[in-house]
Parts: sequence; structure tokens; C-alpha cells
Amino acid sequence: MAERTPRTRGRDPLGLKRAMADRLLPGLVAAMALLAALALAGANAAATMASRWEGGAAAAMMVQLPRSIAVAPAASRLAALPGVAEAIPLDHDRLAALLRPWLGDASGLPLPGMIELRLTSLGPASLALPAAIEATIPGAQVEAHGVWVARLSALARSLQALAWLVLALVAGVAAAMVAVATRAGIAARRATILILHDMGATDGTIARRFAGRIAWLAGLGAVLGAAAAAPLLWLLGGLAAPLLGDTLTMPWAALAALPPAAAAIAWATAHAAVRLWLRSLP
Amino acid sequence: MVRLDNITLRYRPNATPALNGVDCHLAAGSFSWLMGPSGAGKSSFLKLLHLAVRPSAGQLHVMGRAIHTARRQELPGLRRRIGVVFQDFRLLPHLDVLENVALPLRIAGRGERQLLADATEMLRWVGLGERLKARPEELSGGEQQRVALARAVVARPALLLADEPTSNLDEAQSRRVVALLQQMHRLGSTVVVATHNQWLAEENPAAMLRLEAGRLVEHG
Ligand SMILES: Nc1ncnc2c1ncn2[C@@H]1O[C@H](COP(=O)(O)OP(=O)(O)OP(=O)(O)O)[C@@H](O)[C@H]1O
Ligand SMILES: [Mg+2]
Repeated sequence: MAERTPRTRGRDPLGLKRAMADRLLPGLVAAMALLAALALAGANAAATMASRWEGGAAAAMMVQLPRSIAVAPAASRLAALPGVAEAIPLDHDRLAALLRPWLGDASGLPLPGMIELRLTSLGPASLALPAAIEATIPGAQVEAHGVWVARLSALARSLQALAWLVLALVAGVAAAMVAVATRAGIAARRATILILHDMGATDGTIARRFAGRIAWLAGLGAVLGAAAAAPLLWLLGGLAAPLLGDTLTMPWAALAALPPAAAAIAWATAHAAVRLWLRSLP
Repeated sequence: MVRLDNITLRYRPNATPALNGVDCHLAAGSFSWLMGPSGAGKSSFLKLLHLAVRPSAGQLHVMGRAIHTARRQELPGLRRRIGVVFQDFRLLPHLDVLENVALPLRIAGRGERQLLADATEMLRWVGLGERLKARPEELSGGEQQRVALARAVVARPALLLADEPTSNLDEAQSRRVVALLQQMHRLGSTVVVATHNQWLAEENPAAMLRLEAGRLVEHG
């Protein structure tokens, strides 16, 4: 006999490795991790947008008065309109500052009277407001950009909530998937588990071996998914940056947390599934 | 070592019992033949003894423990002190012969070096020292049966159960397997061997348990 030192079978002395869908599970988890990363980035971007736009939404409407109308009395009449919380006349310096990007240093120009309106709500009532202003002060021009921005902000908040919902769904589906993969693994190795059980292996030992294996596969898949998501996020971040200013930070920490999170979900699911099945044995 | 009091075993609630009102006592250090026609309940009897099933009714004591009332968590520790040669061998197909035999030692948490040395020695003992790296499927039925025997005895079980351990062997090999079982018996194990092999039992007189249709008809 050729003398060969008997080699140990590494981390898998019970031979459970070959029991698993070794390629399917990491692939599926990688896809889920990619989706989770995109949802995370979406939530993050939506949050950034919302807070940025909320700043602009405070000045909800701008009213430009015809030259013939005095600013102070017009302001008090506008303040009395339904849906208006406050009407603030803009002084000459503030107006010049607002216009500087378009007109350069315009301090010498004759500027029209401007009144900033803050609204009590952004609901349907605000839609009727421009007409009401026209009726109160004929010739006044209404600029409702702020209302639009506020609506965008509300939309961004809803998108953010949606992104979190998607993230929760992804986690749930991933857990269900791992459970299915584990069941397939158990079915494929039913005989093996029964033998181990009959030889006196405890439920804990058997479950830990399965769970460790599944967690490793899921963690590996999540690393692949997160790695695939990183350049994608970087690219999208680059595209979105001009729109959002330099306030957009990418959720790199959350991305790095995906593999351990996937592994933990997988471990817990597999452990519970195996234990549940073993409990039906004597 | 083992005591059965009015044991009934049903695999399904209203099925005909595989064992019916069996009373028997196996003393520690005894050697018993278990015989009876096919379907008489020999394998079921052994399954009860190695705690793969619990009795449907009656009282079962194994190694001083009341199995009919024991909590589930108490059983694995007992199972580790019982060696079984299964009728259908039940070797793990994806592990080589050496790893199959090492399995009970791994489950018992033995150290790696000692465990492989013990498993190798046990395989030499059954005449398979040259086939350590073979997969079970590469072995003949008789060779697989001897691997199963090596696995059953490697952890020096207090209770050794063999279900038709010579069914695939010729006369010379059957005698050798029985000699190995008797050697384990001399080393202190309580041994029960189910067999159809009349001449083998006659050649090696020992206590006789005879089952017929789930009933113990001979005990002595
Ligand atoms: N897992 C099972 N589920 C249901 N019925 C079973 C099961 N195992 C055995 N039986 C039934 O129990 C009875 C006894 O079977 P057992 O295997 O104990 O017989 P045996 O004496 O070992 O037979 P053989 O000599 O053929 O191995 C048979 O009627 C069989 O059909
Ligand atoms: Mg049988």
C-alpha cells in the first residue's frame, strides 16, 4: 500500500458541503444584495433631495407687484387671503442679492416690489391662490416655484419610504429563499442527517453545521452582490451630484454591512429550519 | 443493560404492531442471537434498542435509562455508546471509507490525530487497511458490510447491535465477522446479532431470541 497520510476533510468532516445548492444560493443572494444596495442608495438619495428641497419650500410663492402699487398695504391685503400664513415684503438689498446670479450687480436698477408668501398648506387650496392674488392686486405676477419644490420634497419623502419598504421586502424574500434552499439541502441529505442523528449527534451540532455552511454561502453571495453594486452606485452618485449639490453621501457603510447581515439572516433561518425538522425525530 | 417490559411498537397509529407485547432482559456483557422469519420484527427490535424509535406502549430501559419517559435531549449521549451495523449498511456515499469509520469518533468529539489512527486500525482489523481512501460505491457488498462493522465498533460501544452482518458474505468471511463480534463481546460489549444464518448460530452457541410476527417466542 502506498503510505499516504490520511488527510482530514477540512471544515466539512460530515460531508454536508456537497449537500447544498452550492452555486444557486450565492447567485440568488448576490441578486438580492444588489437590489438591497440599490434600495439603500435610493433611500439615501431621496432623503438628501427631500431635505435639500425642504429648505427652498419655505418661500412658497413670490408676488411681483406692478410699479403703481405700494408694497406695505399690498402685503397686508395678501396676508388676509385664505391659505396664506405670512406675507413678507422683500427689501431692496435682499432682492438685489436674489437677482445677482442673473443680472450681476444690479443695485443701481429700479427693482419691482416683491412679496414672499408663506402658505398654511400645500394642498389643493394653494392651486387657487394665484387667481385670488390676481383678483386682489390686478397686474401682480405670481411665481409658484416654491410650491412645486415643496411637492417634489413630499414626493422625495414618499420615495424614501418606498425604498425602505423595498429593503424590508428584499430582506424577507432573502430569508424565505434561504429557508427554501435549506429545505432542499435537508431533503438531499435526509439519509445523512438521519445517520448522524442515529449515531448520537445532537440537534445543535447538526443544525450548526448546516447553518454555518448556508451562512457562508449567503455571505459570499452578498459580497458578490455588494461588489457589483458599488461601481453602479458610484456612477449614479456621479450623475445625481449636480442635482443635489455635494451633500449626497453614498451609503458605503450600509453596503459593507450587507454581507454580514445576509450571513446572519441565513444562519438564523437555516438553524431554525434544521432544528424544526430534527424535532420530528425521536 | 437492556430490559423490555410488555413492549409494543406500531409504525402508524392503527397499523399491525411490528412488535407485540415483548418482554425480555439482556444482561450486561451478554451475547445474543436474534432470529426469526423475514418481517418478524428483528430490525424493529434493534431499532428500539438503538433509540431510533420509541415504543408505542410498554417500558424500555437501555443502559439504566427509562427510554419510554426520557427527554429527547438525554438520547444523543446514550446513542453515542451504542454501535450499530445496519442491515443496509448506511454508509455516507460522499465520504471515503476512513472518514465513514471516523464519523462516530468525530461525533464524540475525539481529537483529530487519535481519531484517524483509531479508524485506520479498525479498518485493518476488518481487513480493509488497503482501502482507506475508497468510496463506499467502489467496494463490494461484503466490503461495505465490513466498513459498517468497523464504524459500529470504533468507539468501543457498550452495546453493539448487528442487523444481518453476514448477509453479503461467504462462509469464511461470515466466520471472520462473527469472530470480530465475539472479540468485541470479550472486550466487554453487550452484543445482539440478528441473522437468518442458522448454521452460524449453531456453530457459535449463545443466548437465542426468536421473534415471530412481532412476538418473542423463544428467549434463552
Ligand atoms: N419504517 C417502517 N414503517 C412502517 N412499517 C415498517 C417500517 N419498518 C418495518 N415495518 C414493518 O414492521 C414489520 C417488521 O419489520 P422488520 O424490518 O422489523 O422485520 P425483520 O424481522 O427485520 O425482517 P427482515 O428479516 O426481512 O429484515 C414488517 O411488517 C414491516 O413491514
Ligand atoms: Mg430486518
